[in-house]
Amino acid sequence: PAVIREHRDCRWYSVSHLSVKERIDKKRTAALVGGGQKRIDAQHKKGKLTARERVELLLDPESFVESDMFVEHRCSDFGMEQDRNKFPGDSVVTGRGRINGRLVYVFSQDFTVFGGSLSGAHAQKICKIMDQAMTVGAPVIGLNDSGGARIQEGVESLAGYADIFLRNVMASGVVPQISLIMGPCAGGAVYSPALTDFTFMVKDTSYLFITGPDVVKSVTNEDVTQEELGGAKTHTTVSGVAHHAFENDVEALLNVREFFNFLPLSNQDPAPMRECHDCSDRLVHSLDTIVPFETTKAYDMLDIIQTIVDESDFFEIMPSYAKNIVVGFARMNGRTVGIVGNQPKVASGCLDINSSVKGARFVRFCDAFNIPIITFVDVPGFLPGTAQEYGGIIRHGAKLLYAFAEATVPKITIITRKAYGGAYDVMSSKHLRGDVNYAWPTAEVAVMGAKGAVQIIFRGKENQAEAEAEYVEKFANPFPAAVRGFVDDIIEPSTTRKRICRDLEVLASKKQINPWKKHANIPL
Amino acid sequence: MAAHRVSPSLNRLLFAVKYASFQSGGCAVHCNAQYSTVHSPSEKTFDKILIANRGEIACRVMKTCHKMGIQTVAVHSDVDSSAVHVKMADEAVCVGPAPTSKSYLNMDAIMDAIRATGAQAVHPGYGFLSENKEFAKRLAAEGVAFIGPDTHAIMAMGDKIESKLIAKAANVNTIPGYDGVVKTAEEAVKIAQDIGYPVMIKASAGGGGKGMRIAWNAEETREGFRFSSQEAASSFGDDRLLIEKFIDNPRHIEIQVLADKHGNALWLNERECSIQRRNQKVVEEAPSTFLDPVTRRAMGEQAVQLAKAVQYSSAGTVEFLVDSKKNFYFLEMNTRLQVEHPITECITGLDLVEQMIRVAKGYQLQHKQEDIPINGWAIESRVYAEDPYKSFGLPSIGRLSKYQEPLNLSNVRVDSGIQEGSDISIYYDPMISKLVTYGATRAEALARMEDALDNYVIRGVTHNIPLLREIITHPRFISGDISTNFLPEVYPDGFKGHQLDLDTRRELLASAAALYITAQLRSQKVLAIAAITAMAHLHGYIRVEVDGGKVEVSGQWNLASPLLPLTINGTHRTLQCLSRDASGRILLQYLGTSFKVRVLSKLAAEFNSYMPEKVPEDTSSILRSPMPGTVVAVSVKPGDPVAEGQEICVIEAMKMQNSLTAVKQAKVKSVHCKPGETVGEGDLLVELE
Repeated sequence: PAVIREHRDCRWYSVSHLSVKERIDKKRTAALVGGGQKRIDAQHKKGKLTARERVELLLDPESFVESDMFVEHRCSDFGMEQDRNKFPGDSVVTGRGRINGRLVYVFSQDFTVFGGSLSGAHAQKICKIMDQAMTVGAPVIGLNDSGGARIQEGVESLAGYADIFLRNVMASGVVPQISLIMGPCAGGAVYSPALTDFTFMVKDTSYLFITGPDVVKSVTNEDVTQEELGGAKTHTTVSGVAHHAFENDVEALLNVREFFNFLPLSNQDPAPMRECHDCSDRLVHSLDTIVPFETTKAYDMLDIIQTIVDESDFFEIMPSYAKNIVVGFARMNGRTVGIVGNQPKVASGCLDINSSVKGARFVRFCDAFNIPIITFVDVPGFLPGTAQEYGGIIRHGAKLLYAFAEATVPKITIITRKAYGGAYDVMSSKHLRGDVNYAWPTAEVAVMGAKGAVQIIFRGKENQAEAEAEYVEKFANPFPAAVRGFVDDIIEPSTTRKRICRDLEVLASKKQINPWKKHANIPL
Repeated sequence: MAAHRVSPSLNRLLFAVKYASFQSGGCAVHCNAQYSTVHSPSEKTFDKILIANRGEIACRVMKTCHKMGIQTVAVHSDVDSSAVHVKMADEAVCVGPAPTSKSYLNMDAIMDAIRATGAQAVHPGYGFLSENKEFAKRLAAEGVAFIGPDTHAIMAMGDKIESKLIAKAANVNTIPGYDGVVKTAEEAVKIAQDIGYPVMIKASAGGGGKGMRIAWNAEETREGFRFSSQEAASSFGDDRLLIEKFIDNPRHIEIQVLADKHGNALWLNERECSIQRRNQKVVEEAPSTFLDPVTRRAMGEQAVQLAKAVQYSSAGTVEFLVDSKKNFYFLEMNTRLQVEHPITECITGLDLVEQMIRVAKGYQLQHKQEDIPINGWAIESRVYAEDPYKSFGLPSIGRLSKYQEPLNLSNVRVDSGIQEGSDISIYYDPMISKLVTYGATRAEALARMEDALDNYVIRGVTHNIPLLREIITHPRFISGDISTNFLPEVYPDGFKGHQLDLDTRRELLASAAALYITAQLRSQKVLAIAAITAMAHLHGYIRVEVDGGKVEVSGQWNLASPLLPLTINGTHRTLQCLSRDASGRILLQYLGTSFKVRVLSKLAAEFNSYMPEKVPEDTSSILRSPMPGTVVAVSVKPGDPVAEGQEICVIEAMKMQNSLTAVKQAKVKSVHCKPGETVGEGDLLVELE
């Protein structure tokens, strides 16, 4: 100290400066290894990448700009205040970067630091980048790998969750939010992914549940494994919580990059347009024969979608859940579109509770983010039965109806075969402000199938077969709808792509505004 | 074009090609070889012809009819109602449901169709009713012309035993054998011993390799007898068999003949059809590399003698086996238009269908023997919907989701009866098309075939292009050193696809990497986004370093096109991108074979090493159907012990019986099929413990 006092003019400053610089470097170095090499190795051993590796792979090279590398937790109980329990950056890596040149905000929970548990500081870091994302209008991608709340911090951790939840809700419909579950995500933590637009999971290494198997056992005496309770398979096939599952971390991240290309940066941006190598006027001859002659025979709606969209590139959302409806993103002449289609191959393509909810959520996402919606209709109606009625198909079916009716983005509808009953109305019909509604020559728009209709109209009468033939002749074709203007045209299936591309061009300047309201009241 | 080095401009987008692994399985007559004969419009033939067939041959016949100004009538089964041949015809009549016995073989319905449409003549194509004497008789009774030989010729040549006797009498060389019907397996063994092994057991009514078995000893004779009689019964409704000496390592060479009703007959040179699998032809060429003019003339003259002996009229084919010393033996005569007739048309300039129609009307032949040329060389590849990795081709079915014939190339003729969106069903022959290339020399025709196969886009069904391309580029095939045993000799362990060497591996990896980079860079070309960082433009020219070697790849990169016409280190090659995904998995068809390549950035490749390998399901205890078909027999029940190689069940597909055997010694755990059931490819049949 004596020496410093003697040369206070500059020496003091430079010594201190050096030591600060050293400390900065030390902290930065420490931040880069998170919980240390041993824990990193353990993470790798589990087949998982570290938080930083994930960010690096997700973003364009050298594009990551980190924030809050020096933030540390503020807990002073249970020995947490000791230096060895402090990690610069705490248990999350946050910042911004680019995916194919387009801005995105990212947080990546670091399992090597306190099991990725959420401290007040951790939550604060996430909230900061979410606020920035909202300010500039860029999507947020969360890479979740966390054991849950930082128990040592108690209510501060809970408050942190709530702060994030609030931001999830505020950002909803403003910027796209994507959650990628890459490890455990349990308890209250699950509600952040649940509030975001898309939740993706990694097979075998990620779990989502409110309460783990141990608690389940003690409360309900059920024996269930983590995987069965909340693994990727459960959530992508049974619960519908997750929208897609990928083999491993690398594939998940590469696929999220690809997925990101479809999305606009915010609700202020139009749907992105990428350079397209596929001719917009390409005729798809195979479509002329795709609908089988027998009306009872199934075909694969994915065949139609894949041949119509650019380069057969279709990113399906929830491919293994409620498979009687197909939803996903594709491009038409380079422009992102949302595709909704009934799937005749599964349960005849009928609408039930799960498919209605799946479709409704997708349609609302597209509408919120200016993505035109193309709907392919082959629907025999709503699924009958007590299971559906008791489950509230009326309420849930109304969601899809609501979503289509409310949507103001360009809406193009193609009836490929059946459009029966109320389900016809629901599936982006002309009556729900469909902009362009086409029917293929195989289309049948009617209240119900011929057999059922005849049984009602001619109850107890003979010659049912004859009456049925008459009904088919009258209604099992696109004319009844076309003469009333409920479809704009009856088109050759091979020209479908060409027409959609042309229509989208015109509809790019579509402007439609719903009446002012605080917010609408969708039947939840 | 400016060369951009990949490394500096793309920074860490320097893509390391991770690894390449081999993956196993994965219509119009536009021949520039014009027909030399021009149809004379003054020569009146028929006003309307009904074509009693489907697929490519129906289309082929209709083309000539259109040229000759003849109206056409198509017949079809209900599943074929939007088939190409139906669309091509002036009129079409549905003759029954999908199974051929109820539609294309349904004589009553076809006779009705003839009456209803007023067709004056019927062209039967090949197969179905083409060699059915009953059908020819019924047509004759109603005064409808049959475009083919007279009934007695069909009858005489349709029976293998009788045809052999007639051939002998006409001084045509025949194979030593037993001139009679064999009744029991034991009798078969006795006869076989008399003739001397090896022997061939075949259906008397047979053709096309069905109901045919070769036996090298008594046990095989018994087994062959059983199989052949079953197949003969199911294919031809006639289980009579005959036995003859089997000529080992022979060539199959056939002579095209053309005769009129006035006693004139010509031979139109030969077709070399030695490349076969299971006695069915795969690649044919005309002329044959093996015949000298003297042998050719001798064979041609014998063929004409035979034709004259049975007062043959119309086009017909006399098949010979030719041994290594150029001895030739009469095999059989096909009294119809052959599948492989286009190659004869290419080298002679004759339109055989036109000639058949003229002859049927009673006109004399227009040509003399000395007018028949051999102009250039023609090769035909039979493109089938089948999996070449399973016994050189087991049928596959599906919908042609994408289909593009290589008609952009010159001197290519594709005879097909399907189009994009068509279904290849279990009901009919799985042939997709006949791909014919023509050149002034054999080398030219072969080079064109290579190009044509590379440019042929077929998606939705498994096809045999990998095998076809390997055959036509094999040194033995190129040198003409072939026999009917070519495939089993060249691929003793079964066909495994193209085997990469160091150079081709490098080319493949470089192409995959270049494709990946192109797709990645395209992802950055998003319109209406201001803040795009400057990225490299490649101008289609990419230099890739593979294992220290430099490969230059350039091309017009169209990411929507299934074809990738590239120049790789100065050599032009057409690759096909079969699929690519976000995880860098690219499936490329290269040199005919599809290869799985994974392209990852250096960083992703490094991270990928941490990813656990996921263990695929152990399949040795699971028996799945290798193809769609019908279960004929199940030889085991749960609890049975089975030895390795023991027959478990028999699947019939496309009228061919396939015995499925256990791959290991085990006990049967469960049986998931029963006789008579229809199964799809990959369906679980039997589980072992």
